[in-house]
Amino acid sequence: MHIPDGYMSPQTCAATYAIMIPVWAAAARFARRGLRTGRIPLLAMGAAFSFVIMLFNIPIPGGSTGHAVGAVILAILVGPWAACIALSCVLAVQALFFGDGGVLAFASNCFNMAFIMPFTGYAVYRLIAWRSAPQSRRHLLGAALGGYVGITLAALTTAVMFGIQPLLAHDAAGHALYSPYPLEVALPAMVLEHLLLFGPLEAVVTMLVIRYMQRNEPAYLISGNQRQPTEPEVAL
Amino acid sequence: MKEKNLKRLWMGIALLVLLAPLGLLLPAAFNAGDAWGEWGSEEIIRRIGYLPRGMMKTAGLWKAPFTDYTLTGNSAGSNIKGSLEYIFSGLLGAGAVALLSYMLGRWLARKENGES
Repeated sequence: MHIPDGYMSPQTCAATYAIMIPVWAAAARFARRGLRTGRIPLLAMGAAFSFVIMLFNIPIPGGSTGHAVGAVILAILVGPWAACIALSCVLAVQALFFGDGGVLAFASNCFNMAFIMPFTGYAVYRLIAWRSAPQSRRHLLGAALGGYVGITLAALTTAVMFGIQPLLAHDAAGHALYSPYPLEVALPAMVLEHLLLFGPLEAVVTMLVIRYMQRNEPAYLISGNQRQPTEPEVAL
Repeated sequence: MKEKNLKRLWMGIALLVLLAPLGLLLPAAFNAGDAWGEWGSEEIIRRIGYLPRGMMKTAGLWKAPFTDYTLTGNSAGSNIKGSLEYIFSGLLGAGAVALLSYMLGRWLARKENGES
Protein backbone atom coordinates (compact mmCIF):
# COMPACT_ATOMS: atom_id res chain seq x y z
CA MET A 1 0.00 0.00 0.00
CA HIS A 2 3.08 2.28 0.07
CA ILE A 3 2.97 4.20 -3.19
CA PRO A 4 6.52 4.77 -4.44
CA ASP A 5 7.62 7.96 -6.21
CA GLY A 6 7.01 7.89 -9.94
CA TYR A 7 3.57 6.30 -9.75
CA MET A 8 1.58 9.44 -8.98
CA SER A 9 1.33 12.41 -11.31
CA PRO A 10 2.55 15.74 -9.86
CA GLN A 11 -1.07 16.96 -9.63
CA THR A 12 -2.02 13.96 -7.52
CA CYS A 13 0.94 14.53 -5.20
CA ALA A 14 0.09 18.24 -4.90
CA ALA A 15 -3.60 17.53 -4.31
CA THR A 16 -2.91 15.05 -1.51
CA TYR A 17 -0.47 17.48 0.16
CA ALA A 18 -3.18 20.14 -0.12
CA ILE A 19 -5.55 17.81 1.72
CA MET A 20 -3.08 16.51 4.29
CA ILE A 21 -1.58 19.84 5.42
CA PRO A 22 -4.86 21.03 6.99
CA VAL A 23 -5.47 17.50 8.31
CA TRP A 24 -2.08 17.53 10.05
CA ALA A 25 -2.83 20.99 11.44
CA ALA A 26 -6.18 19.77 12.77
CA ALA A 27 -4.50 16.65 14.16
CA ALA A 28 -1.95 18.76 16.02
CA ARG A 29 -4.82 20.70 17.53
CA PHE A 30 -7.17 17.85 18.38
CA ALA A 31 -4.65 15.14 19.27
CA ARG A 32 -4.65 16.29 22.87
CA ARG A 33 -8.01 14.60 23.38
CA GLY A 34 -6.29 11.27 22.92
CA LEU A 35 -3.09 12.35 24.60
CA ARG A 36 -4.37 12.92 28.08
CA THR A 37 -1.93 12.27 30.83
CA GLY A 38 -0.05 9.05 30.45
CA ARG A 39 -0.92 8.23 26.86
CA ILE A 40 2.23 9.55 25.20
CA PRO A 41 4.31 6.39 25.87
CA LEU A 42 1.39 4.45 24.41
CA LEU A 43 1.49 6.67 21.31
CA ALA A 44 5.21 5.99 20.82
CA MET A 45 4.76 2.28 21.43
CA GLY A 46 1.79 2.02 19.08
CA ALA A 47 3.76 3.79 16.37
CA ALA A 48 6.73 1.43 16.85
CA PHE A 49 4.37 -1.55 16.78
CA SER A 50 2.82 -0.33 13.55
CA PHE A 51 6.27 0.03 11.97
CA VAL A 52 7.27 -3.46 13.07
CA ILE A 53 4.15 -5.32 11.92
CA MET A 54 4.52 -3.70 8.51
CA LEU A 55 7.81 -5.62 8.22
CA PHE A 56 5.83 -8.86 8.17
CA ASN A 57 5.08 -9.22 4.48
CA ILE A 58 2.56 -11.97 3.99
CA PRO A 59 2.78 -13.68 0.61
CA ILE A 60 -0.04 -14.58 -1.72
CA PRO A 61 1.67 -17.67 -3.19
CA GLY A 62 2.90 -16.86 -6.68
CA GLY A 63 1.40 -13.38 -6.44
CA SER A 64 1.96 -10.22 -4.46
CA THR A 65 2.51 -9.52 -0.76
CA GLY A 66 0.83 -7.36 1.84
CA HIS A 67 0.87 -6.64 5.53
CA ALA A 68 -1.17 -5.37 8.47
CA VAL A 69 -0.85 -1.67 9.37
CA GLY A 70 -2.03 -1.25 12.97
CA ALA A 71 -3.63 2.14 12.38
CA VAL A 72 -6.92 1.24 14.04
CA ILE A 73 -5.13 -0.03 17.18
CA LEU A 74 -3.58 3.41 17.53
CA ALA A 75 -6.89 5.12 16.85
CA ILE A 76 -8.58 3.07 19.58
CA LEU A 77 -5.83 3.64 22.15
CA VAL A 78 -4.91 7.30 21.60
CA GLY A 79 -7.74 8.59 19.41
CA PRO A 80 -7.83 9.02 15.62
CA TRP A 81 -6.13 12.43 15.53
CA ALA A 82 -3.12 11.30 17.52
CA ALA A 83 -3.14 8.08 15.47
CA CYS A 84 -2.91 10.23 12.34
CA ILE A 85 0.21 11.91 13.73
CA ALA A 86 1.79 8.61 14.81
CA LEU A 87 1.09 6.92 11.46
CA SER A 88 2.52 9.93 9.64
CA CYS A 89 5.71 9.50 11.70
CA VAL A 90 5.84 5.83 10.71
CA LEU A 91 5.35 6.65 7.02
CA ALA A 92 7.96 9.43 7.18
CA VAL A 93 10.60 7.09 8.62
CA GLN A 94 9.70 4.37 6.10
CA ALA A 95 10.04 6.80 3.19
CA LEU A 96 13.13 8.69 4.34
CA PHE A 97 15.19 5.85 5.81
CA PHE A 98 14.06 2.81 3.89
CA GLY A 99 12.63 4.08 0.60
CA ASP A 100 9.34 2.34 1.42
CA GLY A 101 6.80 4.74 -0.08
CA GLY A 102 7.83 7.85 -1.94
CA VAL A 103 8.69 11.33 -0.73
CA LEU A 104 6.50 13.09 -3.30
CA ALA A 105 3.91 10.41 -2.62
CA PHE A 106 4.27 10.83 1.18
CA ALA A 107 1.03 12.80 1.52
CA SER A 108 -0.81 10.30 -0.69
CA ASN A 109 0.34 7.47 1.57
CA CYS A 110 -0.59 9.49 4.66
CA PHE A 111 -4.04 10.16 3.22
CA ASN A 112 -4.63 6.42 2.85
CA MET A 113 -2.91 4.94 5.90
CA ALA A 114 -2.76 7.84 8.39
CA PHE A 115 -6.13 9.45 7.63
CA ILE A 116 -8.67 7.17 5.91
CA MET A 117 -7.66 4.05 7.80
CA PRO A 118 -7.58 5.27 11.43
CA PHE A 119 -10.69 7.44 11.07
CA THR A 120 -12.92 4.94 9.29
CA GLY A 121 -11.70 2.07 11.46
CA TYR A 122 -12.26 4.12 14.60
CA ALA A 123 -15.76 5.09 13.49
CA VAL A 124 -16.68 1.43 13.03
CA TYR A 125 -15.12 0.55 16.40
CA ARG A 126 -17.01 3.27 18.27
CA LEU A 127 -20.26 2.44 16.54
CA ILE A 128 -20.03 -1.18 17.66
CA ALA A 129 -18.47 -0.66 21.09
CA TRP A 130 -20.81 2.28 21.76
CA ARG A 131 -21.14 2.62 25.54
CA SER A 132 -20.50 -0.98 26.48
CA ALA A 133 -18.07 -1.79 29.28
CA PRO A 134 -14.38 -1.77 28.22
CA GLN A 135 -14.10 -5.50 28.90
CA SER A 136 -17.13 -6.39 26.82
CA ARG A 137 -17.08 -8.48 23.65
CA ARG A 138 -18.44 -5.52 21.74
CA HIS A 139 -15.10 -3.76 22.09
CA LEU A 140 -13.36 -6.81 20.64
CA LEU A 141 -15.82 -7.13 17.79
CA GLY A 142 -15.57 -3.41 17.12
CA ALA A 143 -11.78 -3.61 17.05
CA ALA A 144 -11.78 -6.54 14.63
CA LEU A 145 -14.34 -5.01 12.27
CA GLY A 146 -12.73 -1.59 12.58
CA GLY A 147 -9.37 -3.02 11.52
CA TYR A 148 -10.98 -4.91 8.65
CA VAL A 149 -12.97 -1.97 7.32
CA GLY A 150 -10.13 0.52 7.89
CA ILE A 151 -7.48 -1.37 5.94
CA THR A 152 -9.88 -2.31 3.15
CA LEU A 153 -11.01 1.29 2.67
CA ALA A 154 -7.38 2.42 2.71
CA ALA A 155 -6.68 -0.15 -0.02
CA LEU A 156 -9.67 1.23 -1.92
CA THR A 157 -8.48 4.84 -1.84
CA THR A 158 -4.96 3.68 -2.75
CA ALA A 159 -6.38 1.76 -5.70
CA VAL A 160 -8.34 4.81 -6.85
CA MET A 161 -5.15 6.90 -6.74
CA PHE A 162 -3.34 4.28 -8.83
CA GLY A 163 -6.26 3.78 -11.18
CA ILE A 164 -6.87 7.41 -12.14
CA GLN A 165 -3.25 7.98 -13.21
CA PRO A 166 -3.61 6.69 -16.80
CA LEU A 167 -6.60 9.04 -17.22
CA LEU A 168 -4.73 12.01 -15.79
CA ALA A 169 -1.49 11.64 -17.69
CA HIS A 170 -0.76 9.81 -20.92
CA ASP A 171 1.06 10.65 -24.15
CA ALA A 172 -0.28 10.77 -27.71
CA ALA A 173 0.38 7.07 -28.16
CA GLY A 174 -1.79 6.30 -25.14
CA HIS A 175 1.17 5.28 -22.97
CA ALA A 176 0.73 6.20 -19.33
CA LEU A 177 3.20 8.73 -17.93
CA TYR A 178 2.91 7.43 -14.37
CA SER A 179 1.15 4.41 -12.88
CA PRO A 180 -0.02 2.46 -15.94
CA TYR A 181 -2.95 0.39 -14.70
CA PRO A 182 -6.51 1.72 -15.02
CA LEU A 183 -9.18 1.55 -12.33
CA GLU A 184 -10.61 -1.71 -13.64
CA VAL A 185 -7.27 -3.38 -12.94
CA ALA A 186 -6.17 -1.49 -9.83
CA LEU A 187 -9.45 -1.72 -7.93
CA PRO A 188 -9.97 -5.49 -8.02
CA ALA A 189 -6.27 -6.18 -7.47
CA MET A 190 -5.91 -4.04 -4.36
CA VAL A 191 -9.38 -4.35 -2.88
CA LEU A 192 -9.83 -8.11 -3.29
CA GLU A 193 -6.54 -9.04 -1.65
CA HIS A 194 -7.46 -6.83 1.31
CA LEU A 195 -11.05 -8.05 1.53
CA LEU A 196 -9.91 -11.66 1.52
CA LEU A 197 -6.51 -11.77 3.19
CA PHE A 198 -4.95 -8.61 4.61
CA GLY A 199 -8.26 -7.33 6.00
CA PRO A 200 -8.81 -10.47 8.11
CA LEU A 201 -5.13 -10.27 9.12
CA GLU A 202 -5.60 -6.67 10.30
CA ALA A 203 -8.77 -7.74 12.14
CA VAL A 204 -6.92 -10.46 14.05
CA VAL A 205 -3.94 -8.25 14.93
CA THR A 206 -6.21 -5.41 16.08
CA MET A 207 -8.32 -7.80 18.13
CA LEU A 208 -5.31 -9.42 19.82
CA VAL A 209 -3.88 -6.09 20.94
CA ILE A 210 -7.25 -4.85 22.20
CA ARG A 211 -7.72 -8.18 24.01
CA TYR A 212 -4.40 -7.63 25.78
CA MET A 213 -5.49 -4.13 26.76
CA GLN A 214 -8.86 -5.40 28.00
CA ARG A 215 -7.14 -7.87 30.29
CA ASN A 216 -4.38 -5.61 31.54
CA GLU A 217 -5.25 -1.96 31.02
CA PRO A 218 -9.00 -1.65 30.47
CA ALA A 219 -8.98 2.05 31.43
CA TYR A 220 -7.27 2.81 28.11
CA LEU A 221 -10.28 1.57 26.19
CA ILE A 222 -12.42 4.40 27.47
CA SER A 223 -12.50 7.10 24.86
CA GLY A 224 -11.21 10.52 25.82
CA ASN A 225 -14.56 11.88 24.66
CA GLN A 226 -16.47 9.95 27.27
CA ARG A 227 -16.52 11.95 30.46
CA GLN A 228 -14.76 10.35 33.33
CA PRO A 229 -15.82 11.27 36.84
CA THR A 230 -12.26 10.59 38.01
CA GLU A 231 -10.64 12.59 35.25
CA PRO A 232 -10.62 16.36 35.67
CA GLU A 233 -12.07 18.23 32.71
CA VAL A 234 -9.50 20.29 30.92
CA ALA A 235 -10.67 23.84 30.47
CA LEU A 236 -10.47 24.92 26.85
CA MET B 1 -0.07 2.62 32.19
CA LYS B 2 1.43 0.10 34.56
CA GLU B 3 5.22 -0.14 34.40
CA LYS B 4 4.98 -3.91 34.11
CA ASN B 5 2.69 -3.80 31.07
CA LEU B 6 4.73 -1.12 29.35
CA LYS B 7 7.86 -3.22 29.77
CA ARG B 8 6.10 -6.37 28.63
CA LEU B 9 4.72 -4.74 25.51
CA TRP B 10 8.11 -3.30 24.57
CA MET B 11 9.59 -6.78 25.02
CA GLY B 12 6.89 -8.08 22.70
CA ILE B 13 7.81 -5.52 20.06
CA ALA B 14 11.50 -6.43 20.38
CA LEU B 15 10.60 -10.10 19.95
CA LEU B 16 8.59 -9.24 16.84
CA VAL B 17 11.63 -7.43 15.39
CA LEU B 18 13.69 -10.59 15.88
CA LEU B 19 11.00 -12.57 14.05
CA ALA B 20 10.63 -9.94 11.31
CA PRO B 21 12.86 -11.79 8.79
CA LEU B 22 9.85 -14.09 8.36
CA GLY B 23 8.38 -11.18 6.41
CA LEU B 24 11.37 -11.47 4.09
CA LEU B 25 11.73 -15.25 3.90
CA LEU B 26 8.06 -16.26 3.56
CA PRO B 27 7.38 -14.26 0.38
CA ALA B 28 10.57 -15.71 -1.14
CA ALA B 29 9.55 -19.24 -0.13
CA PHE B 30 6.13 -18.84 -1.70
CA ASN B 31 7.46 -17.16 -4.80
CA ALA B 32 5.51 -13.96 -4.14
CA GLY B 33 6.71 -10.72 -5.69
CA ASP B 34 6.36 -7.08 -4.65
CA ALA B 35 3.20 -5.64 -3.17
CA TRP B 36 0.77 -4.47 -5.85
CA GLY B 37 1.90 -1.13 -7.29
CA GLU B 38 5.33 -1.19 -5.63
CA TRP B 39 7.33 -2.62 -8.51
CA GLY B 40 10.80 -1.44 -9.52
CA SER B 41 11.45 -0.15 -13.04
CA GLU B 42 12.63 -3.53 -14.39
CA GLU B 43 9.47 -5.22 -13.20
CA ILE B 44 7.35 -2.44 -14.75
CA ILE B 45 9.03 -2.97 -18.12
CA ARG B 46 8.55 -6.72 -17.83
CA ARG B 47 4.86 -6.19 -17.12
CA ILE B 48 3.82 -3.52 -19.63
CA GLY B 49 6.71 -3.39 -22.10
CA TYR B 50 7.82 0.19 -21.42
CA LEU B 51 8.83 2.49 -18.61
CA PRO B 52 6.36 5.40 -18.31
CA ARG B 53 8.19 8.66 -19.07
CA GLY B 54 7.02 10.57 -16.00
CA MET B 55 7.92 7.68 -13.77
CA MET B 56 11.47 7.78 -15.12
CA LYS B 57 11.85 11.36 -13.94
CA THR B 58 10.52 11.18 -10.40
CA ALA B 59 11.10 7.57 -9.32
CA GLY B 60 14.67 8.08 -8.14
CA LEU B 61 14.11 11.44 -6.51
CA TRP B 62 15.01 10.39 -2.99
CA LYS B 63 17.88 8.03 -2.27
CA ALA B 64 17.05 6.38 1.04
CA PRO B 65 20.15 5.28 2.98
CA PHE B 66 18.71 1.87 3.89
CA THR B 67 16.61 1.18 0.80
CA ASP B 68 14.43 -1.93 1.09
CA TYR B 69 15.47 -2.40 4.74
CA THR B 70 19.10 -3.16 3.91
CA LEU B 71 22.33 -1.63 5.21
CA THR B 72 23.76 -0.58 1.87
CA GLY B 73 20.71 -0.27 -0.32
CA ASN B 74 21.73 -3.45 -2.14
CA SER B 75 19.52 -6.34 -1.22
CA ALA B 76 21.47 -9.28 0.14
CA GLY B 77 18.49 -11.48 -0.64
CA SER B 78 16.45 -13.77 1.54
CA ASN B 79 19.38 -15.31 3.40
CA ILE B 80 21.08 -14.90 6.77
CA LYS B 81 22.82 -11.66 5.84
CA GLY B 82 19.59 -10.20 4.45
CA SER B 83 17.76 -11.31 7.60
CA LEU B 84 20.31 -9.63 9.89
CA GLU B 85 20.08 -6.42 7.89
CA TYR B 86 16.29 -6.66 8.13
CA ILE B 87 16.48 -6.99 11.93
CA PHE B 88 18.87 -4.04 12.11
CA SER B 89 16.47 -1.98 9.98
CA GLY B 90 13.60 -3.03 12.23
CA LEU B 91 15.43 -1.88 15.38
CA LEU B 92 16.55 1.36 13.78
CA GLY B 93 13.15 2.13 12.30
CA ALA B 94 11.14 1.21 15.38
CA GLY B 95 13.48 3.32 17.52
CA ALA B 96 13.25 6.29 15.17
CA VAL B 97 9.47 6.05 14.94
CA ALA B 98 9.07 5.78 18.73
CA LEU B 99 11.40 8.71 19.38
CA LEU B 100 9.77 10.91 16.73
CA SER B 101 6.22 10.25 17.85
CA TYR B 102 7.16 10.56 21.54
CA MET B 103 8.74 13.96 20.94
CA LEU B 104 5.80 15.14 18.85
CA GLY B 105 3.39 13.88 21.51
CA ARG B 106 5.30 15.70 24.25
CA TRP B 107 5.35 18.87 22.21
CA LEU B 108 1.61 18.73 21.59
CA ALA B 109 0.85 17.98 25.23
CA ARG B 110 2.99 20.92 26.32
CA LYS B 111 1.15 23.17 23.88
CA GLU B 112 -2.06 22.11 25.56
CA ASN B 113 -0.78 23.04 29.02
CA GLY B 114 0.37 26.40 27.72
CA GLU B 115 -3.06 27.13 26.35
CA SER B 116 -5.15 26.09 29.32
